Formats: sequence, structure tokens, C-alpha cells
Amino acid sequence: MAEVRPVADVGRAPVPRLLTGWGRTAPTRAAVIAPDGPAGPARAGSGDLSGLADAVLASSAVVASGAVAGSRPGPARGLIARGLGRSYGDAAQNAGGTVVDMTALTRVTAIDLAAGTVTAGAGLSLDALMRIVLPLGFFVPVTPGTRYVTLGGALASDIHGKNHHVDGSFSDHVLAFDLMTGTGEIITVTPGGAPDAFAATAGGMGLSGIVTAVTLRLLPVATSRMRVDTERVGGLDELMGRMAARDDDYRYSVAWIDTLARGASMGRAVLTRGDHAAPDELPAKAARDPLRFAPHPRLVAPDVFPSRALNRLSVRAFNELWYRRAPVRHTGLESIATFFHPLDGVGDWNRVYGPRGFVQYQFVVPFGAEETVRTAVTRLSDARCPSFLAVLKRFGPGNGHPLSFPAPGWTLALDIPAGLPGLVGLLDGLDELVAGAGGRVYLSKDSRLRPDLLAAMYPGLDRWRELRAKLDPTGVFVSDLARRLALTTGPAVGPPLAGR
Amino acid sequence: MNDALGGAQSVLVLGGASELGLATLRALDLRPGARVLLAGRSPEAMAAAAAEAGLAPSVTVSTTNWDARDTAGHEAFVEKAFAELGEVDLVLAPAGILGDQQRAETDPAHAVDIWETNFVGLAATLLSAAARLRTQGHGVLVVYSSVAGLRGRKANFVYGASKAGLDAFAEGLGASLAGTGVRLVLVRPGFVRGRMTAGMPAAPMATTPEAVGAAVAAAVAGRAEIVPVPRAVGPVFLVLRALPAKIFRRLPG
Repeated sequence: MAEVRPVADVGRAPVPRLLTGWGRTAPTRAAVIAPDGPAGPARAGSGDLSGLADAVLASSAVVASGAVAGSRPGPARGLIARGLGRSYGDAAQNAGGTVVDMTALTRVTAIDLAAGTVTAGAGLSLDALMRIVLPLGFFVPVTPGTRYVTLGGALASDIHGKNHHVDGSFSDHVLAFDLMTGTGEIITVTPGGAPDAFAATAGGMGLSGIVTAVTLRLLPVATSRMRVDTERVGGLDELMGRMAARDDDYRYSVAWIDTLARGASMGRAVLTRGDHAAPDELPAKAARDPLRFAPHPRLVAPDVFPSRALNRLSVRAFNELWYRRAPVRHTGLESIATFFHPLDGVGDWNRVYGPRGFVQYQFVVPFGAEETVRTAVTRLSDARCPSFLAVLKRFGPGNGHPLSFPAPGWTLALDIPAGLPGLVGLLDGLDELVAGAGGRVYLSKDSRLRPDLLAAMYPGLDRWRELRAKLDPTGVFVSDLARRLALTTGPAVGPPLAGR
Repeated sequence: MNDALGGAQSVLVLGGASELGLATLRALDLRPGARVLLAGRSPEAMAAAAAEAGLAPSVTVSTTNWDARDTAGHEAFVEKAFAELGEVDLVLAPAGILGDQQRAETDPAHAVDIWETNFVGLAATLLSAAARLRTQGHGVLVVYSSVAGLRGRKANFVYGASKAGLDAFAEGLGASLAGTGVRLVLVRPGFVRGRMTAGMPAAPMATTPEAVGAAVAAAVAGRAEIVPVPRAVGPVFLVLRALPAKIFRRLPG
């Protein structure tokens, strides 16, 4: 299986690499190192992180000195941790600086069956974790639409899943984590013991330090199957009505909207809601191995798609087929992979958008701002974005961590090819609409937000900056996302440009 | 930082009063908060040009002194410009003079002036800028070539030689930047109807500063590295390049 592809050779010199996020836009070059540092021997997973601490300290010293970087990427432009590169934008890139490939830190150091907890290296993927814990009768507490994210990335993005309205986001289930701060020390952070460091890191986009290990509370399950209710819904208002009325009867709920449908069928959708199936719901054959988890080997999309392969016609045809195929109303059993991770069945599916890549746009607006959702879907539909299905979901309460994305309300997410004419203006307009409604966009998916809208979207931004600065006084942790949005520093206040 | 849709937050323009540079700035449609540093010889001409460019009020435009012929001062100039802008997402290099072919033929000092402005000084500045962009690990450089550099013609071979040099330099620099996160866009316009060519008879397939600006903006947002304007001149250039000298000389103009 190709799900773990280290981009650095463990124990070798830093490798200059062009990196992008999952959307394959805005490539930048960085020196990629492994957690045990460029010079150390290959001892991934050994738990010896002294090489990484050395790299953080060395970079911190150069950053503090203000020295200009050399012609190759190096310590003068800071460090950021990177997992499996599933953030869509530039969160795990660091142009001209160092990127720490964490995917070798996969050791599981403790599993407590009685308490239902696991402690593992931050580079462990949710896919690997599921393969370990499902046979023991546990599921991950939160999973996004892909299993190929790391524990560290899940915490830094404070990811959410279809169960947010019931279970909250990933960090709500993190009991403790180890964090290498800007001074190279590793501190153990718990919500009660170090609430400030916890709040700065949950959703903190990797800018408070490098998460090296995570202790997670798991969800006990009796089977690996999902009981799923599927409904076809003809329009947006009816969809939102049905979701508001009965989402709370299900642990998992999400709707897929056809944004290319116009007129009377605008916002037509397929709503799927479900829960973990009980053993007695399984057919006899499946009941013999109720915790079986064996996702099929993946097909891999080749890197041959031209930028215009996905156009309005091909996407419309796909969306039409998908809508017609869905039953008007149906209850059935599905595997975890089918229900949660449909796109994981095709490796590197991001390649179908061609070399120019794509952006993913995700926002949340509070309950009561249903009109904003309607306006957004209308604008996307009017712009005739060739988007595969957009995802609509209701969030439950947020957790108050300043950069954590989820907040009570409606969240909409969709992919759009980066080359679509007029896209800059369309998305800038949606940003203003969302900010005006008291909403925000998701930084793990962002690749083009206007920095001046950030503070309105994240009112806790200044508090986050204070908490973060305590953990990283020299500002050694930096990413392309941080530079683009002036995330850690605030808007440029440097000397006024000369000669005006 | 450059964003996913090609948006630039900071732009350095070498040749701050250039018509092609301003047309490009307009076409880029910079978003609020962007910063532009115009570098050139005449603060007045740049100020007038900046006003004419009609950029959004929230785009900060400032000017700084830069003379392509002052090669000794380039390193310091580039260091200062990068320090002022912080990250530099986009460097536009439209600087250039047409000069006077007839005068140049009898006054070699004038020819030297054209070459130093259009090629020697500009290329030297681009070397310094490219080194800094490499260090940054991202950014886009735009170099403006010309159909005049394609073949030597008796009507404008002094100017043409400077553009031929610049074109070869830029093509090679672009190749050397592959894999560094920095991309060089080499624009090859046909005859551009504008201030520089006012009063001259237009050649076939002539273009405008606006068309050049739009083509550059599209290339910055996309992935193109060689950009003929209009697009149809690409194949024409190939044919012109391949023509035997005897035939080429007989072409009008």
C-alpha cells in the first residue's frame, strides 16, 4: 500500500523538495528533514528526537539573528511539521525553509483497553490506527473524509467528521500530547494541566510547535459496519429542514449537494445518516467476523489528466448519475470505508483536476444564517462551477480553542478547479458574505483567503497569537499559510515603503 | 506569498514607468492590501504612471530609484527592495528603451546606452533578484522580450540585439530555476502599438499593451513559461527564425 510515502530519506541530509498541499497549487521549495534530524542514523520511531530538537534550536538561532538565508532552503526561514500532506492549501509548506516529515513517527507506545485510550507517535495515520484498534473493538473518535491523515495533523487542524454535532472535533478526544516548542523542549500537554498550550495547538496549524505524540480516547464499537439511512432530497430548503429536524437521532450525518443543478432542483442532495451497527443487525456471514476491517487495495489515478478534463459537462454527468443512483429512501449496511472514506478508494484522486490543481472552499455560518448558505449555493450554481458534490453538514458546539474551525451552524465544503475564470472574485465575495454572517473559512483547506478578513472570522486571533508566542518566542515555526495570512505576526507593519 | 490562484501580495516592477508594466499591473487586478514597488529613473514619470494605472486605493504603491545602467549599485538596490517588500511574490521587468537606430549607427555610445539599459543592466539586476527569489523558495519573474530580438533586421538591429540577448538570457535563467519554486515567465510580444512605437507603421499581427498585460496576468495565474502575444505569433516566430537569411532580408519593414 502506498498510503505512507515519506518525502525525506530518514537519516540523510536535508532534501530540497517542491511541496504543495493536496490541491496541488502554489508549489514552493523547502528542505525536507526527518524527525531524527539530517545527520542522525536511521532510527525512526526510536523515540529519540534529539536530532529534531537540534534542528529547531539551530533554526531558532538563525531566525533570531535575522541572517539572510543562503541560496538553498535552510534554517533562516524556520520550520513546520508535515504529515501526509492532506491539507488542501499551503499549511504544511515552508518556502525557503525547513519542513519536518513526521510520517516515520508511527510507534504505538500504549493501548489501554479498559480505558479505551491509545498513545502513538504523531506521524501515525488514522488508517493505520483503525487497522490496529478496530479488531480490539474500538473506532477513532473523529474521522474526516480520508483515513490518510496523521494524528499530529488531525490535532493541528482540529479536524471534524460527520459526527461533529454529537461528538465535537478531534481535540475534544485528545487526552494529552507531546509538543516540541520553539526552544526544542518537549512538554506534555493536557487540557487541564496546560490549557494555554492546548488551546494554542488544537487547530493551531502546527505553528505552536511540533506535536510528537498523541494520547487519544477511542470510541468502543461492537462491529465495523455502519447502519445508514439514505434519502434523496429535491431542494436545499427541504434538505436543511430535514437535517435540522432529525440529525440528532444519528451519530453521523452529512448531505451531498449537486451544485450544478439549477432552477427548481437547485440544491438537490443525497442525505446520508447513520450509526455503528449492532452485532444482531449483521447478516449471518458478516456476524462471524463483526470487526473485520479490510479496505480494498486502492486504484491510483495516473498523473495524466489535462487541466480541462473536468468541465461542466463531465461533472454534470457525474453528478446527475450520482443523484439518480441514490435511492429515494433506503436503510442499509455499509463498510466504514464506503461510509466515511469514499475517495480513499482511489489513490491520488487529486490528480483528476490536472496540473493546475484545485481549491477546496469550506465555510461555517451560525444557525440562523440559513439565508447565507442559500445565497452561497445560488452563487456557486450561477457561476456554474464544475464542482463534484458539495458537502453540507450541521456542526454542534465549538470548543473555544481560538483557531479551531468548527462552530455551531451550517458548514459547506466543495472542490473547484483552480483555473475556473472569475474564481478570485467569486470566492472573495463568498468570504465577505461569510464573514458578514459571523462565519469563517477553514484554514486547513484555505489557499487564497484575503488576510484582512482573518480577524473578523477568528475573533480569538489575538489571544492565539499571545498563547503561541509563549511557546515559540523567536517565531521559528512558520509556514506558507502563516506568511500568506500574516497569521502569527499580524498585518505587515514594517517601515513604510520608501519614496512615496 | 503567492496564493493558489496566482494572486501576488507584493510586486517589484523594474521599469516603473513602463507602459507594458502598468498594463500588466492593471490586468493583475491586485487584491486589497497588495504592495507595489515601482523602480525606475524618473520619480515623476513613475508617479504619473502609478496614477494612470488606477490601482485599487487599498493597494500601496511606492517608488524607488533604479537605473539599469548602474550595475555597481544593483546588489544593494535589490537587497533594499526585498527588505522593503518582505516577501516578493512577483518581479516584473518591462524596463527598456527603443533608442534611435540611425543615431546608434553613427554614435556607438548611444548603442551602448541601449544595450546597457535593455540587456546588460536589466539582466544583471535579474540575476540578483533571481538569487533572492531562490532563497525565498517561491515567486514569479516576468521578462519582456520582443519580436525584434528574433532576427537582426536593418531597421532596428541595435535594439533587436539587446532583446535577443535578453531573450536568450531569460530562457536560460528560467531553465535554471526549474525545481526551485521560482518560475520565470518569458513574454514574447509581436509589434506593440503604444507610446514606444507611436508614429511607426504597425507590423502585421500587432498587439497592444493591454493584450500583453492580460497575457502576463493569465500566465502568472497559470503555469505557462513562454508566452507569445498574440498567441498566434508563436508559430510565426518559428517560421521567421527558420527562414534563410536571403529570403528574410527581402521581407518588408
